Amino acid sequence: MKSQPRLLIGLDVVTVLVMAVATYMVFGYAPIERVMGAVQKVFYFHVAAGWVGMLGFLAAVVAGVAYLVSRKPVWDLVGLGAIEIGLTFMLINIITGSIWARPIWNTWWTWDPRLTTATIMELLYAAYLMLRQGIEDPERRARFGAVYAIIGFISVPLTFFSIRIYRTIHPVVIGGGDPTVSGSFSMTPAMGATFAVSLVAFSFLFASLLWHRIRLGQLGARVEQMKLKLTE
Amino acid sequence: MDTPANTVAYMIAGYAVIFGVMLIYIVSLVVRHRNLRQEEQLLEELQKEEKKAGKP
Repeated sequence: MKSQPRLLIGLDVVTVLVMAVATYMVFGYAPIERVMGAVQKVFYFHVAAGWVGMLGFLAAVVAGVAYLVSRKPVWDLVGLGAIEIGLTFMLINIITGSIWARPIWNTWWTWDPRLTTATIMELLYAAYLMLRQGIEDPERRARFGAVYAIIGFISVPLTFFSIRIYRTIHPVVIGGGDPTVSGSFSMTPAMGATFAVSLVAFSFLFASLLWHRIRLGQLGARVEQMKLKLTE
Repeated sequence: MDTPANTVAYMIAGYAVIFGVMLIYIVSLVVRHRNLRQEEQLLEELQKEEKKAGKP
């Protein structure tokens, strides 16, 4: 495989630095919330992970449309990578949400609209990876992946808006919501700054991981081509 | 004045999950890359041998 492009190395360096700054701000700058205590600090990376998850699924839609229009295999790799990363970060989002819920809601899990839609979304995209593996023809697999990513995206706005549409115990921290909901809190300027830096840091992390994942996919495709040549 | 609830253990557990899962994913990328590189090198050697043997 070719050596890493300079831009990718630069992106990796920036990602590590911004992640370090975000981590410092979470533990050393943001104040401890006066009711929930230290567990509220999970909020910064919990939401940022959810943001990356949804960003990944959105990127897969863009890649899916681009593939269906251009039929270029690279878009299939972009879509696959974006969903793989999205799944990983949504998993982080769901698990950390459960950990946060334990001391605040007094339960690890409840079938609240947000938790339910997030779980359905996660399972839907996990099925994408499994179903892909059952298709051998690369072109059919890519076409299937593109259509699935586009249709599957319906679950993303449903998850995002679930706390704004349905009655739920999940707090709406951004954009108001019911302040009496257990786990809700008002963000101080320091909390807001930490949250913003966390979102930026995770966005860089997403870009960096996606680029690496696309390169991995390209290497895999090259190896497959070589295998085909040898068996011909 | 009320003191905040003692939820440090949950915060530690949360961040252990966050960094743990991220680390596992990054390691999986590195391992997959290494395995594919090894496979690529092996296939390149096989192609060279085939060329030497005079296969078209």
